Amino acid sequence: MTNKSATKTESQELLPEGWEMVIGLEIHVELATATKLFSPAQNSFGSEPNQNVHPVCLGLPGTLPVVNEKAIEFAARIGLALNCTVQKCVFARKNYFYPDMPKDYQISQFDEPLNIDGWVDLPVAGTRIRVERAHVEEDTGKTTHVGDSGRIHDAGYSLVDYNRAGVPLVEIVTHPDIRGPEEAKEYVDEVRAMVVAVGASDGKMEEGSLRVDANVSVRPAGSDELRTRCEIKNVNSLRSIGRAITYEAKRHVNLYESGKEPIQETRHWDEEAGRTRDGRKKEDSDDYRYFADPDLVAIDPTPEWIAQIAASQPALPAQRREALVSAGADSEGAALVVQRDLDSLVLAVIEAGGEAKRVLNHATNNLAIEGAEALSPSNFADLVKMEADGALTSTQAKQVLAEMVSDGSTPADIAAKHGFEAMDTGELEATLDEIISSSPQEWERFVNEPEARGKLQGFFVGQVMKATRGQADGKLVNQLLAKKANS
Amino acid sequence: MVDDAAHELDRDEVAKVAGLAMLELTDEELDTFTPQLGAILAHAQDMENLDLADVAPTHHPYPLVNVMRPDVVAEDAGGPELRDAVLAAAPDVEDNRFKVPPALGGD
Amino acid sequence: MSKPAPKPTATDIAAQVRSGERTAVEVLEEHLAVVADRESEIHAFNVVIADEARERASAIDAQIASGEDPGPLAGVPVALKDNMCTTGIPTTCSSKILDGWKPPYNGTAVDKLYEAGAVVVGKTNLDEFAMGSSTENSAFGPTLNPLDTSCVPGGSSGGSAAAVAAGFAALSFGSDTGGSIRQPAALTGTVGLKPSYGTVSRYGLIAFASSLDQIGPFANTVADAAAGFEAVAGHDPRDSTSIPEQLRPVTPHLSDGVDGMRIGVITELMGDGELKGFEPEVIAQTRAAADALAAAGAKVSEVSVPSVVYGLTAYYLIAPSEASSNLARYDGVRYGNRVTGVNTAAMNTATRTAGFGAEVKRRIMLGTYALSAGYYDAFYGKAQRVRTLIIDDFARAYEDFDVLLSPTSPCVAFPFGAKSDPMTMYLNDTCTIPSNLSGQPAISVPFGTGDRGLPVGVQILAPMLGEVELFKVAAVLEGANQ
Ligand SMILES: [Mg+2]
Ligand SMILES: [Zn+2]
Repeated sequence: MTNKSATKTESQELLPEGWEMVIGLEIHVELATATKLFSPAQNSFGSEPNQNVHPVCLGLPGTLPVVNEKAIEFAARIGLALNCTVQKCVFARKNYFYPDMPKDYQISQFDEPLNIDGWVDLPVAGTRIRVERAHVEEDTGKTTHVGDSGRIHDAGYSLVDYNRAGVPLVEIVTHPDIRGPEEAKEYVDEVRAMVVAVGASDGKMEEGSLRVDANVSVRPAGSDELRTRCEIKNVNSLRSIGRAITYEAKRHVNLYESGKEPIQETRHWDEEAGRTRDGRKKEDSDDYRYFADPDLVAIDPTPEWIAQIAASQPALPAQRREALVSAGADSEGAALVVQRDLDSLVLAVIEAGGEAKRVLNHATNNLAIEGAEALSPSNFADLVKMEADGALTSTQAKQVLAEMVSDGSTPADIAAKHGFEAMDTGELEATLDEIISSSPQEWERFVNEPEARGKLQGFFVGQVMKATRGQADGKLVNQLLAKKANS
Repeated sequence: MVDDAAHELDRDEVAKVAGLAMLELTDEELDTFTPQLGAILAHAQDMENLDLADVAPTHHPYPLVNVMRPDVVAEDAGGPELRDAVLAAAPDVEDNRFKVPPALGGD
Repeated sequence: MSKPAPKPTATDIAAQVRSGERTAVEVLEEHLAVVADRESEIHAFNVVIADEARERASAIDAQIASGEDPGPLAGVPVALKDNMCTTGIPTTCSSKILDGWKPPYNGTAVDKLYEAGAVVVGKTNLDEFAMGSSTENSAFGPTLNPLDTSCVPGGSSGGSAAAVAAGFAALSFGSDTGGSIRQPAALTGTVGLKPSYGTVSRYGLIAFASSLDQIGPFANTVADAAAGFEAVAGHDPRDSTSIPEQLRPVTPHLSDGVDGMRIGVITELMGDGELKGFEPEVIAQTRAAADALAAAGAKVSEVSVPSVVYGLTAYYLIAPSEASSNLARYDGVRYGNRVTGVNTAAMNTATRTAGFGAEVKRRIMLGTYALSAGYYDAFYGKAQRVRTLIIDDFARAYEDFDVLLSPTSPCVAFPFGAKSDPMTMYLNDTCTIPSNLSGQPAISVPFGTGDRGLPVGVQILAPMLGEVELFKVAAVLEGANQ
């Protein structure tokens, strides 16, 4: 993550002189409920086709939707995390024909969404992105195109799987407040951290649990006009979000600079080609004929219920970063630790007596490993103490830590198993004396040629390490070398 | 399009509406349906006599709110038996999925 | 008209089967014999499931033999409108588009009927997707009125009405969106109830217009209609619009009488106001019914419910709007019939164009138009506001009256083809539609005869959840009609 320049926005640097990007994002978050939004069918990823279905989510004639209370709770938790007002809401039907939508309408929320008027503060860029709404809706199924050679006479066919049809989604829509690809990525990352933190979603972009559409336009830098925007779909990794936005913004600038104008349309990001393409336009698809779904009644959260949800809300990323900083972390380290979900561990280790700087160092550099969050804080703290006392070198500490994660033993046991016992100074001095006497020429130069000392210091430390199989404390070896040379 | 009920429905609009509803009308059908729909819609002008400004719409005759169900998988949900029954009723299937002619557009 | 012999009532049958006086199999065979005799002429059914019914009747007899009570409708032969989903039994809505489809589940009302010991004998004909007032819109041909086969039985639940009127079943069920139970009941001389919206679960009822649809019984007697209603009513967690409150049983109040009850005859529905087309005999019988109730001790007077004259207009915007969305799912992808095309959209269009009849297309287009960009407020939005006016007007009337009275249908059963213009046909629902818009209960009870000796139906209307009051009045009218 880079800090934006004080004078020019990030997007002004990426675009030709005089232009800036205007970006709004729509994030679809799949909720981690046991069942679908309106159907008691299982909500899970990766099942065999059409296994997670029920007459309701297949839209069989005569079936009726009933709202999943857990989905509403998760949606409200997301809303509160986004600083939204949680309000009375109505489910509406969005009518259009598509085979992956079993009823040929999507139940969504239109003019009365659950969450409105929130914001997200970006930790690094420092900007505030306003959230217009975060509404609840059902997902569609999955259509796979088969045998499509692209030629008109070999159009192939499509296969439809309804496992995903009806899975609960929260769609989070921002105002066009984002000014560049890095901000966009940071926003998505922050929202992902939030929805994971409140337990509403697993946030896995690679499994489609978090999907991003970007509304992109450009304008003369510094103006406040809103020009024609294009909605880019299918930007489903952090990397492609940045690339797609930059590509699309440049395309708009090129059009304007050659006297043309972009047309408002939906475009698809082609990750392989590194460009956006115009989507095949569905005729009249903009007339969705929204109306309140007569099969469903309003959800009207009581103030007591909202208060109860707010009170039981887990700590949010911003609060968690703050806690780390007050425990002695720098802000960049805090961001990384929270992103890796290691902050509660780190705080516990510090609490148990681990020196903050060393704990943060391990957490940010040495703990990008599976299972790290399950480490025993007191073991971790013991390790940090051993390191601080010189009982372990930093190299040894790193190795011990890795083994603590994989087998759960105490640092003392692991260190003992490897013979990582602190060598006492006498033992180390004896080893060093042996090496000096077997390398008289090098020692001669080390003592008398100050300009060669640096290189030869490395030579002697290396020899000691080799002789002690890495158990020596490098700092101590240097001290001994200096003492002997000066005596 | 004019946003009032007095607007008279024409043949092109009926054809456009049929398209939205995924129906195809023959010329003869357009000739019959256009005046029929026009006559029904003309009655909507009756409502212009009413002062509805301060009247709230009724979407449900019996006001209920917060009707929800617990997040529990139903006994009759999922599994190969339901899948097979449902697929057996489908016009065309392949690979346990519903087979359709190429689907254009969409997401 | 031919006056049919008195038919065995559902309540008598259940009592006899439960006491062991008769077997369910005997009762069923008697009814199947009537079906064999007249069904080919009447065409009340889309499918008769004699084998399943025999199995079911035997099972009920076995329950009785082992000392179990099969329930309040033990051994009662029942016919179901073919828009009520039944596991493994074709459910078509009398549409080509669903011809052959067998649901993998029962609707809640169907489950409840089985739990009550009923024996389902078949699925009855209807106007396609319940859109019509004569059952002439069925893709499988019309149902004839058993009282006069040159006439329609009414609709859309014409098959269910005819099945009870012809003695094919002791009890039947239909759905009422704008009068589809009450109007055919009136035209076939049967009792038909549209319960309060939300009292009978809609789960498994194939939707026409979700905010108006309600399942209800057809019966030969008021007591049978009460038993049928009690069997299917009750809260269902699978229907979000199902009323959670405990409902009052109606049967204990059937002989309460109407002494002191305040009954209002709706001025606007008596044929001398803005709404025209009422047959004089229908008006005369409605007045006679009011007199009979007064004679039984009720305080009867006229009351104005001004906004009911806008009911038809509001209904023909709201119902088609909801229908246009409810019927989108018939697209040839997952079930039902398909006509293929070069791509999915072409297949959808070909399927729907071939699968739906003219009336269904007309209403889908009407609703699509009423909801489309730029028209919502003028049509759908306004109609939902008119609905509020109607509810408010009824509320005012119920400050002074316990129940209201009107004709059920402006006319008695009419000949086939007599109302081929859609708007003329829609006028049949003038008196019944307001109760669907308000969600309130209403019942049609036969009272006297009109043109060509055909029965007249009188409608009783009550406030929300006022079924007990409806049935008190209905029972008195039934007594006065004999
Ligand atoms: Mg969107
Ligand atoms: Zn969405």
